[in-house]
Amino acid sequence: MNSVGEGCTDLKREYDQCFNRWFAEKFLKGDRSGDPCTEMFKKYQHCVQKAIKEKDIPIDGVEFMGPNKDKPGG
Amino acid sequence: MGHFQENIQLKDPVKGILCEKAMGRYFCNENELNSSWDHILCAFWQRYPNPFSAHVLTEDVLFRELTPDNCLLSRRLFTKTNLLPRWAERVFPSHLNKSVFIVEDSVVDPETHTLTTHTHNINHTRFMTVVERCVFQRDKERPSWTLISREAWISSGVFGLSRAIQKFGLSRFKSNQLKSMKGLVYALSKLHTESFPPRVHGDPPVQESPPPNTASTQKPQQYS
Repeated sequence: MNSVGEGCTDLKREYDQCFNRWFAEKFLKGDRSGDPCTEMFKKYQHCVQKAIKEKDIPIDGVEFMGPNKDKPGG
Repeated sequence: MGHFQENIQLKDPVKGILCEKAMGRYFCNENELNSSWDHILCAFWQRYPNPFSAHVLTEDVLFRELTPDNCLLSRRLFTKTNLLPRWAERVFPSHLNKSVFIVEDSVVDPETHTLTTHTHNINHTRFMTVVERCVFQRDKERPSWTLISREAWISSGVFGLSRAIQKFGLSRFKSNQLKSMKGLVYALSKLHTESFPPRVHGDPPVQESPPPNTASTQKPQQYS
């Protein structure tokens, strides 16, 4: 899948691939020997967070696992 | 209801109960898949794109954290096409051609074999808000099966039109959740094909699962 930031898709795919391998081969098997994808995630986030700001995507303050009922509509 | 006793194979995965309450604002159903929780979770992260996801335009991970008690927290952002009904396009011209941004938060708990997701739109929220909560849980009695329960709340703050909008929202949600299940099954069979290419010493009992482009894509809809 493409990233919302046009220039971030390659970084995203690289990270996704790393995560999916870690998830299947380590996490699900109970191996907690550290996350090999941290650096990739940082690079990818640097790119995608910039795109989110540029596109004015209203993600700030959205509560984790909860609807933002009090937030004014967009 | 007996809906958990039926032997539903991967070919025919989408079956369940359907309940609607409160003037079409609440939806829930339960499905079961003849696939292990582990496999379903791997497919969950990789389910897009699939032949049923033409309305999903982008996908990003915005947050990921492993908690001290080994739960995996994630936040993903999706952009989806905004297909307003014709009548709404006339009433809300400012909403035309604007994509919908959707946040999917999730918690994977490997101890209890549970994935809980919480998904909702973060723009167009005055027009309509759809909040969905989904739980994917390993069936305790049949560990190779996974139970999926889904609930959704649809609301609208548009004075005088909220009922019509909610009705539209519910019908679109129903068709999208069906696509979402089919997409998940597609991703599962694709992963399965990749991990277990046909071999002599393969896993014979699982040969029931169809290749990606056959049965699962052609099944008639159960409800829409």
